[in-house]
Amino acid sequence: MNSNREHAVKSEIPLTLKLLKLLTAAWSWLFLLFIIAFFEAWSWKVYGRTFFGNLYNVQSVLLTATQILMMALGLTFIIISAGIDLSIGFIAGLAAVTMAVVIRALPELHPALSFTLGITAGIGIALIPGIINGWLISRMKVPSFIGTLGMFGVTRGVAFLIAGGATVSIRNSVARDFGNGKVFDVIPIPVLVAIVITLIFHYILAHTRFGLYTYAMGGNIQSAIRAGVNTTRITFGIFMLSAFTAGMAGIFYTARFSAGAADAGEPILLNAVAAVFIGGASLTGGSGTIAGTVIGALIIAIIQFGLVFIGMPPFWQFITVGLVIIIAVLIDQSRANLARATMGAS
Amino acid sequence: MSSGEAATPLLSVKNVCKRFGGTQASRDLSLDLYPGEVLALAGDNGAGKSTLIKMISGVHQPDSGEILYKGETISRRTPHEVRDLGIETIYQDLALADNLDVGINIFLGRERMKRVLGLPVLDRKFMRTEAIGALKHLGIELDDLSMPVRYLSGGQRQAIAISRAVYWKAKVLIMDEPTAALGVPEQREVKDLIKRMQQEGVAIIFISHNLNDIFEVSDRIFVLERGRKAGERLIENTNEDEVVAMMMGRILDD
Repeated sequence: MNSNREHAVKSEIPLTLKLLKLLTAAWSWLFLLFIIAFFEAWSWKVYGRTFFGNLYNVQSVLLTATQILMMALGLTFIIISAGIDLSIGFIAGLAAVTMAVVIRALPELHPALSFTLGITAGIGIALIPGIINGWLISRMKVPSFIGTLGMFGVTRGVAFLIAGGATVSIRNSVARDFGNGKVFDVIPIPVLVAIVITLIFHYILAHTRFGLYTYAMGGNIQSAIRAGVNTTRITFGIFMLSAFTAGMAGIFYTARFSAGAADAGEPILLNAVAAVFIGGASLTGGSGTIAGTVIGALIIAIIQFGLVFIGMPPFWQFITVGLVIIIAVLIDQSRANLARATMGAS
Repeated sequence: MSSGEAATPLLSVKNVCKRFGGTQASRDLSLDLYPGEVLALAGDNGAGKSTLIKMISGVHQPDSGEILYKGETISRRTPHEVRDLGIETIYQDLALADNLDVGINIFLGRERMKRVLGLPVLDRKFMRTEAIGALKHLGIELDDLSMPVRYLSGGQRQAIAISRAVYWKAKVLIMDEPTAALGVPEQREVKDLIKRMQQEGVAIIFISHNLNDIFEVSDRIFVLERGRKAGERLIENTNEDEVVAMMMGRILDD
């Protein structure tokens, strides 16, 4: 470039900002390492043996993470677009009980066929609240917090109605094998399926126009509209994705426990939100990644399983995960404040 | 002024009216814009500057009258179509996606895709390389193009919005208060950019409150007052006092 140009625009980006950007990408990894080290150390100190060297422990953590991750994948898109979906917990429950009811109603069919029909019905019914959410929020311009809160109530009621108010147990060998089987006796099948779905979601978010427009909407919806982004279509699409992954979480639940429960996904909502925020998504939208959400789901799963492992009453899970959400959001805010302060000083 | 002026105007607004409820935002406005010319739109708040540029850019449609671009009417076009024709509008808030990098911002809505294993994939590398070129063309060099544009200065962000227009070969550039909210050195840079664009034959409509800026960069000034045209002058044939008088409605040409 011409160095003698009179008013060339300067291009120095402060080092603090670069470090901050690096830290944003790295901190969830650091948190994961810390939490692994913590439980490993505790295990050696108290029981005198390894925690993560034990295959059963690792499998259990991964299965727990799979449940969280399934709901968190679609939620990642929604939080990046600066929205929220509170209905996913009961969408998962709705899918879980519908699948169980369908399988129960078809005892004379081959288990593989009734299992397939159960999954189809479960996912199919899960997409209905997704369509309604998408319509309310993209077309009717209802704020996502309110729209999905309403659907939280509706799906909850419908799920309990379908289940007849109780847990619906099933006897289906294929479902049981799907939920509890292991490839090569090592990798649980749900984990494998979750990996495939995760890769697809990563592709959509990181490499397609749809994913890019999700970020663009979350960053500045006006600029997205002016750039010609069809925000109605994108909003509708992300609520469908969210309903789909929540439905998958319900399917995994019914397969794993051979029973569908209307409140199957209710406790996972908090965990899924936590996973997305720990994974680096910003409260104000516009940032977050699938890789980050995977790490977030692993962190929450390790905390959950680890607390049980070290003998804490299970209610501590809720307290810990709640605190982790708050910490993640505080870190996000201080990051934003620091960035603003640095910009102001430069 | 460029030699194009003798020729036909690039953009013509003809007898345009627009009403919002009880407010007559535009009353029978007509103006012509020639290639390589900088036209300043001046007027007090509520004089109808924004309504006028929004009608040109396709956001609003005139109630009556028409807008011609290269001799064809564009009064019923969508903002997207207008932009594809080569009329780019840079709003005051710049409309950048703050969380995305420079390359994406220049290409947003018109992304370049490539195929990997048969799947369509955003070609981020291509877009970033093109962005470097587009910025360099305007005399700007950024050291880290992977940073979200939120981390860039006001002048740099303005430059990105302008280079997006240049990259997509805009023939008409509409700028809404480009120097507002900028520090003095950055205002300088933006005014330099405007002159550079003008040298390349781009016609620029430039809204400003700042009469110094107007007199510094524009060839012609068009003054609005409560929706109507208060007057139009070549910049060398007028002065600040007259412009202020027109803005206050104390001078009316017709």
